[in-house]
Amino acid sequence: MEALHFHFDIDGEDFSSAGEASVAVKKKLRQLGFPSDVIRRCSIAMYEGEINMVIHANGGSADVEVYPDKVVMVLEDHGPGIPNVELAMQEGYSTSTEQIRNMGFGAGMGLPNMKRYTESLEIETKVGVGTKLTMVVRV
Amino acid sequence: MTVKELAEGLALECVCMPEPDREVEGGYTGDLLSWVMGRAQAGDAWITIMSNQNIVAVATLTDVALIILAEDVRPDPGVAELAERKGINLFRSPEAAFPLCAKVAALL
Repeated sequence: MEALHFHFDIDGEDFSSAGEASVAVKKKLRQLGFPSDVIRRCSIAMYEGEINMVIHANGGSADVEVYPDKVVMVLEDHGPGIPNVELAMQEGYSTSTEQIRNMGFGAGMGLPNMKRYTESLEIETKVGVGTKLTMVVRV
Repeated sequence: MTVKELAEGLALECVCMPEPDREVEGGYTGDLLSWVMGRAQAGDAWITIMSNQNIVAVATLTDVALIILAEDVRPDPGVAELAERKGINLFRSPEAAFPLCAKVAALL
């Protein structure tokens, strides 16, 4: 069966639109009748990815493919890249500024949450070039 | 218990209540949005001192029944309108998070 494909451009300029792609994906999955825990895991993973792109990479794009048995989310940016992925995967590690922390972000939970709530998280990143995340949530 | 009943029971100040009949099933308190994203459950009363527009996105994604801004915190400009538009119940209270939690727990 062919996948449904949704594309989103993530605006890196301001936080007010951050989360819109995640909310749209949530709505689509709900309309398609996916179980609530699948919708929840996709929403969390996608929101963390979206926020990371706004905080660190001045935006990017998200492509979501919906299959009957899995949801694949590909988030790509042309930001600074992640110099040390192992460190970034540790809960509590964050390079966010004080200003970002004051907004309630930068707890160092972004990538760990993405890993926790998905079946697989692949990170392709190059310093100075950008980062591509591929996440799969199985139904 | 519905959102409207809980709000009355706690004497909360209503910022907006687009979904007064939503059932409240539990509670969660926290200000780190990633933490809340990962831990709050659908139907929770979410108590926080975070007042920016991102609380609306987090509430939408987690499906919490309402947000209560504790410690007399006021929502940032535009947040009330955004919450109304997105169907998120938003309240505020002069009380701190701890007594609010205790009261929510007692009422549920």
